[in-house]
Amino acid sequence: MQAYLKLDHIDKTFTRGNATTEVLKEINLTINKGEYVSIIGHSGCGKSTLLNIVAGLTNCTNGCVLLENREVNSPGPDRAVVFQNHSLLPWLTVYENVRLGVDKVFARSKTRAERDAWVMHNLNLVQMAHAKDKRPSEISGGMKQRVGIARALAMEPKVLLLDEPFGALDALTRAHLQDSVMALHQKLGNTILMITHDVDEAVLLSDRIVMMTNGPSARIGEVLEVPLARPRKRLELATNPGYLKCRQRVLEFLYERHRFVEAA
Amino acid sequence: MNMPAMKTETATAIAAPTANTVASPVVTMTPKRPPRAEKYIKMAKNTAVQVVPPLIVIALLMLFWELVCRRAGSSLPPPSRVFKDTKELIFDPFFDRGGIDKGLFWHLSASLQRVALGYSLAAIAGIALGTLVGQSVWAMRGLDPLFQVLRTIPPLAWLPLSLAAFRDGQPSAIFVIFITSVWPIIINTAVGIRNIPQDYRNVAAVVQLNPLEFFAKIMIPAAAPYIFTGLRIGIGLSWLAIVAAEMLIGGVGIGFFIWDAWNSSHISEIILALFYVGIIGFVLDRLIAGLGKIVTRGTSAG
Repeated sequence: MQAYLKLDHIDKTFTRGNATTEVLKEINLTINKGEYVSIIGHSGCGKSTLLNIVAGLTNCTNGCVLLENREVNSPGPDRAVVFQNHSLLPWLTVYENVRLGVDKVFARSKTRAERDAWVMHNLNLVQMAHAKDKRPSEISGGMKQRVGIARALAMEPKVLLLDEPFGALDALTRAHLQDSVMALHQKLGNTILMITHDVDEAVLLSDRIVMMTNGPSARIGEVLEVPLARPRKRLELATNPGYLKCRQRVLEFLYERHRFVEAA
Repeated sequence: MNMPAMKTETATAIAAPTANTVASPVVTMTPKRPPRAEKYIKMAKNTAVQVVPPLIVIALLMLFWELVCRRAGSSLPPPSRVFKDTKELIFDPFFDRGGIDKGLFWHLSASLQRVALGYSLAAIAGIALGTLVGQSVWAMRGLDPLFQVLRTIPPLAWLPLSLAAFRDGQPSAIFVIFITSVWPIIINTAVGIRNIPQDYRNVAAVVQLNPLEFFAKIMIPAAAPYIFTGLRIGIGLSWLAIVAAEMLIGGVGIGFFIWDAWNSSHISEIILALFYVGIIGFVLDRLIAGLGKIVTRGTSAG
């Protein structure tokens, strides 16, 4: 299969005054169309930095990001991000938050009525159409994240970037939302790159799991294929040997070979 | 368990079985909606709690003032004299006998017009400059020291200079209002812009808003609470400055009215004018605060 998104020899060095810190070193990763790839690693290993580089919000020091063989180095709606803390604009309603992106992306290609229908379609996808006139402060954390997902989906991105999208949610809401994202991926076939630090989440959702070594100079330590058939059911997987084996592999990587060392 | 608010039958109905430790699983709650009259009484009570204490304080102060200034030869008139002397001004604020011999309404409206013009200019310039300083590091480094020095100059110190520049009282007064109120607007806007969360900037970047859209759709709403703090300080300062400026430039205006009253030894008129100046300053402040509340609705809550 043709590489869809390609991370080519990416290095990232932060310079503050005289001190330079190498955060990422020699990151090579190829993601196919429709694939769900998770990046997992201990906190501080630079996985969020990597996502920001793909999103174009941060520039890499060396290397480049190729999307459909074209270099991308500035942010754009073709790589829509679902942010960790939802980042909805509090002065806009749910509808207006989604509409903001739609109006920009489809300014020419859709009429006003089509854009309105498209916003509602995406809110329906995440089951948030009922709250379209509410402000972010009036809805729960899980609902906010749903709207964040709708906002990203509505831009029809080539790659959907999820930055620890479930990190700030309680366990039950998280499970519910994970199922929703799985269903959306099944239905729409998006290419998804997700940052996470939750082993179960990574195994449940991903086709491949990219495990990062500890920083500084974090590299890709190992890439694990998750050979589980879709659609996946949370309850059935709990006793599935394939699932348990994948889980075991990731746990071993994170807690034996690359144990998190607390910074002194 | 204390339930001071629930002194109804239901409260006793709940309390009784528990006290006797009788297991009564469900206590039927009779829906209790206080009768309409009761609601109005409650509302009246709440209003009274707000209104009565200041009224009492004002009445006591008036009484004190009356007692102190009552005796003959007192340099300031007691409230009863003030009312007697200024009855005409209070009950007929709209007379106009030409020149500066006008009713208080005309003086106040002339002052308010100057403030409106100077303050509007200050709001526009202040928000624009504040945005520049908040957004650009170089603009901040270049302009901030200048602002910090200029803002400490007392408003009236600008008046001779502006009279020299404009050669007319009217634009000079407006300039003094402008220069007085612009600094807090600039500084607060800049702080607001600087405090826009990186998240919002990221959202704007992903959606690819152009600078103009970013200004209108992200910056202004995100910084609105700060901007309105600046605007509120600004309106207070401009109302402070207008009275002083008008005393010097003359013509129609509440400031000159006060100065004129002093020159004609109409102390009661001065007191009446001060009362109006205070009330209008208060109303202006509330107006901007109320406007801010409407505009920033939802902004502060994450």
